Amino acid sequence: MNTLNLKDLGVSGVNAALQAVPEDSNELAWTVVEPMGQHAIGCGLDAPLHVEIRGHAGFFCGGMNKRAEIVVKGHAGVGVAENMMSGKVHVTGNASESAGATAHGGLLVIEGDASSRCGISMKGVDIVVGGSVGHMSAFMAQSGHMVVCGDAGEALGDSIYEAVLFVGGEVESLGADCIEKEMRPEHLKKLAELLEQAGIDADPKSFKRYGSARKLYNFDIDNVDAY
Amino acid sequence: MTSEFPHTPPRKSATFDDYTMAEIRRAAATGIYDIRGGGAKRALPHFDDLLFLGASISRYPLEGYRERCDTNVVLGTRFAKKPIELKIPITIAGMSFGSLSAQAKEALGRGASIAGTSTTTGDGGMTPEERGESKTLVYQYLPSRYGMNPDDLRKADAIEVVVGQGAKPGGGGMLLGQKISDRVAEMRNLPKGIDQRSACRHPDWTGPDDLEIKIHELREITNWEKPIYIKVGGTRPYYDTALAVKAGADVVVMDGMQGGTAATQDVFIEHVGIPTLGCIRPAVRALQELNMHRKVQLIVSGGIRSGADAAKALALGADAVSIGTAAMVALGDNDPALEEEYQKLGTTAGAYDDWHEGLDPAGISTQDPELSKRLDPVKAGRRLANYLKVMTLEAQTVARACGKNHLHNLEPEDLVALTVEAAAMAQVPIAGTDWIPGQKL
Repeated sequence: MNTLNLKDLGVSGVNAALQAVPEDSNELAWTVVEPMGQHAIGCGLDAPLHVEIRGHAGFFCGGMNKRAEIVVKGHAGVGVAENMMSGKVHVTGNASESAGATAHGGLLVIEGDASSRCGISMKGVDIVVGGSVGHMSAFMAQSGHMVVCGDAGEALGDSIYEAVLFVGGEVESLGADCIEKEMRPEHLKKLAELLEQAGIDADPKSFKRYGSARKLYNFDIDNVDAY
Repeated sequence: MTSEFPHTPPRKSATFDDYTMAEIRRAAATGIYDIRGGGAKRALPHFDDLLFLGASISRYPLEGYRERCDTNVVLGTRFAKKPIELKIPITIAGMSFGSLSAQAKEALGRGASIAGTSTTTGDGGMTPEERGESKTLVYQYLPSRYGMNPDDLRKADAIEVVVGQGAKPGGGGMLLGQKISDRVAEMRNLPKGIDQRSACRHPDWTGPDDLEIKIHELREITNWEKPIYIKVGGTRPYYDTALAVKAGADVVVMDGMQGGTAATQDVFIEHVGIPTLGCIRPAVRALQELNMHRKVQLIVSGGIRSGADAAKALALGADAVSIGTAAMVALGDNDPALEEEYQKLGTTAGAYDDWHEGLDPAGISTQDPELSKRLDPVKAGRRLANYLKVMTLEAQTVARACGKNHLHNLEPEDLVALTVEAAAMAQVPIAGTDWIPGQKL
C-alpha cells in the first residue's frame, strides 16, 4: 500500500502520482491521507488502481474516472464522479449536488444521502444511493440506472430519456415525462445485481421503477406546457 | 367616380410592417414560435460603422507587400504549459458534428489547417475526421457534455468551456430528431430520431466560484497543458470578462448577438444579447483594469465577415476573432448556384436559415447522407483556406496603411465612427470630430 499525503503534496502532486502509475505496475493500491476536503482529488485516472481517500473530498472527486476504484472514506462535495467513464467510486458518507453528473459508465455508490441533481444527464453510469436524493435528480437522465434506497425529492427524472430509476422510499413528485413503470422480472434481477455490487442490503421487491413516458421525445405543440 | 380631391396612397404601418404581420399570421396558424439558424438579422451598429484613419503627416505607412506586418497570435499564455500559436488571428468557431455534416467538419479542419489556424468542436463531441484534419483543435466543454470523455479532452489542443453564445445567451439548444443519424445518436448516448435537448447551464457548477473549481479539475485531468477558454454570449461583457479572469481563464471568447447558432427561437436570436461592437471595449477595459490585457487573450466573434472587420476588432483590443457563419458561406452555404433548390424549400439563396431541418442542399447543415455527399471536403476546405488568406491580406493591408508592423499594434486611435451609436459602443470619436459619446471634450 502506497500512501500519499495531500497536505504535503497538494492536489496536483497527488493526482500526478496517481496518473503516472504504469499500466503494468504491481503497485495498484494507494491511500490518500489528509485530503482536507480539497477539490479534484483523484480525477482523470485511467488505470485499474484502488485509491482510498481517508477523509472528506471537495468538488469533482474522481471526475472523468476510467477503470480506477476510488473509495472516499467520508463525505464528497459537488460532482463526485462527474463524467465517469468506467470503474467505481464509492462514498461512505454523503454526497453533495450533481453526484455522477453526465457519467457514461462505471458504478457510483453513495452510502449516505445525495443532494439535488444526483445523476443529472447521466449517460450510462449506474448509481446506487443508500439514503435519499434531493430535488431534480436524474434530470435529463439519458441512460444507465439510478437506485435510491431512501426517498427522492421533487421533480425526479424530469425530461428523462432512457435511464431507469428505482426508488425504495417515497417520491415527492415526478418531473415532466417521468412515470412509474411496471417492475418486471428483468428489472428485479438488475436491481438485485446493483444492490449486491454496492454492498447494500435491501429487498428489491420493495422498490418501484420509474422511467420515461417518451412523450417529449419529439416536439409537439400540444405538449408545450411540459417543456 | 374619380374624386376631385388629391388622393394619398395607401399607407402601411411602420410598426405592423409586412414581415411582422406575416409572422403574426404564421404564429396564429401554427401555434409555434419560429425556429431558425444563424445570428441576428436585424440591422445593428457594426464594424461597417467604423473607419480606419490610415497614415498621414503624423504617421507613416508601411510599404505594402514589402515591409512586414505580422499576423501570428499565441493563445493560452497565462497558465497553460502548452499555449497554442496560430499563424493568423482568425479562428473557426465551434460548430457541432450533428448540426453540420461530417464532410463540413472535415472541410473546416482542412481549411483552417492550411491557413494556419484552429477549428473548434461543438455540442456532440469530437470526430476522428475533425481531429485528423485539424492541426489545432479546440474542444468545447458544453452543458450537455454530449460525447465528452477524457481521452478526447487530452487529444485537444485547447479546451473551451462554453457558458453561452451570442445568438442565445442564457439558452440551451435542441437538435431535432430528423438530424439524429445513427452516428450522431451513438456519440450522444441517445436513441436515434428523437429530439436532443442541450441544457442551458452546466450540470455540476453554477457561478464563477464553481467555475474556478471546474477549470482546476480540467487542468488536473490534462496535466495543466491545455489553454482553457471561457466562451460567453455578449450580455454583460465587462463583468463576464472580469469573472472569467477570476475563474482562471487563459482566453475569453466574447460572442456578440450576430453570432450564429444551429437552431433556436427567432425571438431569442433577435431580442437577447448585445451587438458584437458593444462587447469589445467593456471586455478590454475589464482586462486592462485587472492588468490582464494581452495576458488573458480575448477572442471576439459574431458577424465577422472580412479582414476589415477582423482588423477593427483587433484595433479595439481583441487578440483574435472567430468566424462561424462566414466560414459556412465559404464552404458553400447559401450559394446562389443552388437557388432552384432553395426555392423548393420556400426560401432563397442568402436567406436560407432552416439549418435545423437537415435539408441543406449545400450538404453542410445536414446529416442526410445523399445531401452530405454533395460537399467535397477537400474543395470546400480549399475555399475556406482561400477566404481566410484573403481576410488576412485585407487586415494586413489596413494595418500597413496605419503604419503597424503587427495586427496587434492596431489601436482604437486608428478608428473613427460614422454613427453616434457606433462611436458610443466602440468608444472612438465620430469622424472629423473629437467627440466620443459619454466623454467630455
